[in-house]
Amino acid sequence: MKNRRQSTLLLLLLAGGALCAVMLAGALQPDAAADFSQKNLPPCLAHPFGTDWLGRDMLGRTLAGLSLSIRLGLLTSAVSAAAALALGTASAALGGWVDSAISWLIDLVMGVPHILLIMLISLACGRGFWGVTLGVALSHWPALARVLRGEALQLRQAPYLQMARRMGVPWGRVLTGHIVPHLLPQLWAGLILQFPHAILHEASVTFLGFGLPPEEPAIGVILSESMAYLTTGRWWLALFPGLTLAATVSLFALAGERLRLLLAPASAQE
Amino acid sequence: MSHRLQFTAKKLVRMALLLLGVSLTAFLLMNASPLDPLQTNVGQAALGSMSPEQIAKLEEYWGADTPAAERYLSWLGSALRGDLGVSLLYRRPVLEVIGQRLSTSLWLLACAWVLSGALGLGLGLLAGANRGRWPDRLVRGCCLTVSSTPAFWLGLLLLIVFAVWLKILPIGMAVPIGGGQATLLERLRHALLPGLTLSITGAANIALHTREKVVDVLDSDYILFARARGERHILRRHVLRNVALPAVTLQFASIGELIGGSVLVEQVFSYPGLGQAAVSAGLGSDMPLLLGITVVTAALVFGGSLTADLLYGAIDPRIRKGAAAQ
Amino acid sequence: MEPILSVEDLSVSFARYDRGLSRRSLSALRGLSLAVEPGQVLAVVGESGAGKSLLAHAILHILPRNAQASGTIRYGGASLTRERAEVLRGREVALIPQGVTFLDPMMKVGSQIRRGENSPDARARCRQVLERYGLGPETEELYPFQLSGGMARRVLIACAVMESPRLIIADEPTPGLDAKAAGRVLGHFRELAEQGAGVLFITHDLTLALSVADRITVLYDGQTADTVSPSQFRAGTGLTHPYTRALRQAMPENDFL
Repeated sequence: MKNRRQSTLLLLLLAGGALCAVMLAGALQPDAAADFSQKNLPPCLAHPFGTDWLGRDMLGRTLAGLSLSIRLGLLTSAVSAAAALALGTASAALGGWVDSAISWLIDLVMGVPHILLIMLISLACGRGFWGVTLGVALSHWPALARVLRGEALQLRQAPYLQMARRMGVPWGRVLTGHIVPHLLPQLWAGLILQFPHAILHEASVTFLGFGLPPEEPAIGVILSESMAYLTTGRWWLALFPGLTLAATVSLFALAGERLRLLLAPASAQE
Repeated sequence: MSHRLQFTAKKLVRMALLLLGVSLTAFLLMNASPLDPLQTNVGQAALGSMSPEQIAKLEEYWGADTPAAERYLSWLGSALRGDLGVSLLYRRPVLEVIGQRLSTSLWLLACAWVLSGALGLGLGLLAGANRGRWPDRLVRGCCLTVSSTPAFWLGLLLLIVFAVWLKILPIGMAVPIGGGQATLLERLRHALLPGLTLSITGAANIALHTREKVVDVLDSDYILFARARGERHILRRHVLRNVALPAVTLQFASIGELIGGSVLVEQVFSYPGLGQAAVSAGLGSDMPLLLGITVVTAALVFGGSLTADLLYGAIDPRIRKGAAAQ
Repeated sequence: MEPILSVEDLSVSFARYDRGLSRRSLSALRGLSLAVEPGQVLAVVGESGAGKSLLAHAILHILPRNAQASGTIRYGGASLTRERAEVLRGREVALIPQGVTFLDPMMKVGSQIRRGENSPDARARCRQVLERYGLGPETEELYPFQLSGGMARRVLIACAVMESPRLIIADEPTPGLDAKAAGRVLGHFRELAEQGAGVLFITHDLTLALSVADRITVLYDGQTADTVSPSQFRAGTGLTHPYTRALRQAMPENDFL
């Protein structure tokens, strides 16, 4: 029986491994070619995920789409985590009107449902890759920023930091030397927990037609196309790509959840 | 009492400012869009069927010659008088379109809101009370899986199973196609799958958060003392009472994500509600409608959090009595 | 006299993480023994963080989930198993905890003292115990946050004596009280002992322990160092453990010895 720390590390490695494998598979494999002799096949040995109406192998398309989703997810969650760190610590460290302004901004962004906000940002960029990337990156930071702000505010009150301030250590040093390192575990957990959200929202917005263009092999595109074939009984077009996406995302959600539990003092020793 | 009024007034002012911010942000984003509403197909088709006054007003809002600031102020001026402009897609006043769409969605949203809240609270309590044992693992596993699943895909799955394979429920729409006046039962049948999808995704989130709160409460000193005194019904007497406050917050905070989810689910089930209108407005560059929907949605979300704050004051004795004592 | 509670060789350990991935067991109590007789106050004195609260929790079988206990605990001559503890808790064995955080912040005091019972009998008894500790009937309608520190302490004692227990475990019930208030609280313990209950008084304050207890058990490093009477302690006789002797040396009145 492994203890919680060991199993969490294992899970993180597994998630990382799955990530690399999918990305490699997606990058290495050639574009799924249309083959009209093979169209509309239900899942079989040669095509475990079946084929679509153009005879393209759905496994290949799914892997390519997932690989794209993962790259996008990594990029967007990294950007929004960085934004959260910057805004959260600035808010706590500077206080005063900066704090009010940032808190107001957090409330503002949280007031519009993610999907709607991403749609709006995507429209502002004329949809497409940059639209959805910016949309996801700019809409996911508030929750983490709020957590980091709270943590940083508590740290600010810590006697040893008050002392450091009084002894003339400049704010910049206190911030980079003491506050930011303390926030890193929270930041990591937040980043890993944000990653699934980012992927899901990218797929959702693409599904609605505001994200990646139809010629890209994105999961959202695949699922959106599958809608038209559902009533004719081609369930495999929707089932497997979605299942693969859900499996990847749950792996990360689980890893993030475990990490969060280990980092929270109340549950760290269970 | 004056303390509470002051608190409410403060919150209302903040809410108004936030709404102003949302409308300005949404306006600027749309303004930055390279997709000019008057140049897209929908826009041009719409122009043909509009009266000259309507076109003039449209130009005023969206025309490239007027500066953005002026256009926003003119929109804001009309909005404050209760006029959100004319939808390009539907060629009717935005407020009318939103009103009609919202009344269709409200069914769905209200059912999903109540159901997801009740289910989430129940599952969260079950998991928290059995921490570490199999009910907890089961509930947490399921909820994590559901929250890792795109809502629209869940909808697609339900559609495949119930509408395509079992053929017991309709594919979509709020009423039967071409079928004049729909009965209540038919409406219900059509709202069942989308409602279920929304409830499941919403409940997963609420259950996970409730479980955390239950565990926090169970770790508290007062539960330890209650156990030391051999109290029975600890769950009902202490846990439920102390989880009530965070549950209220969670429930009202879920409004935003519920509406977000409805955008996806309505698209999957072709349910003609507000969410679907938002997608159509976005794809067809119907800026007045999209702006209107964004503002109305944000008002619902802020209204929800205001209600939660007020309820908090009514439920929590520390605020209720504390205010009276001051 | 036959002790009402005897603890023999009690050990409590926790599983905790080291730096890195390994997990190991960390013992807080190791081989603690003591006995409480009816009509007696036994004070258990130990430093803060010596695991004194764990002793109370182990007796009541309410240890945290990641803790493991071993050893024998006997109550009224028979082994105190989990099942028996569950029956006795709140009836014959009562805990008096440290402070107001042990009261449900969302529930009125009266309902908490009565444990939800609403019979006229329970109501009358509740009024009675409140009155006994100088609290008026209006206290029933207050929420914990409305109580002062001293009031909260008295409410917690009232909770304990609601069912006239035979064993009372008081876990640091005096911090934050001034000397006069603390004296009053200790007076209540003495009174309960005189009515025949055994009192286990857990504290870090040696002076308080000497003033109220019949016997004192000194804890060191998770084990019993010495068990003596206050007069023995003051005289310095019967102290076998170097820690106990050092403790006695450190008393203010022994400053110049």
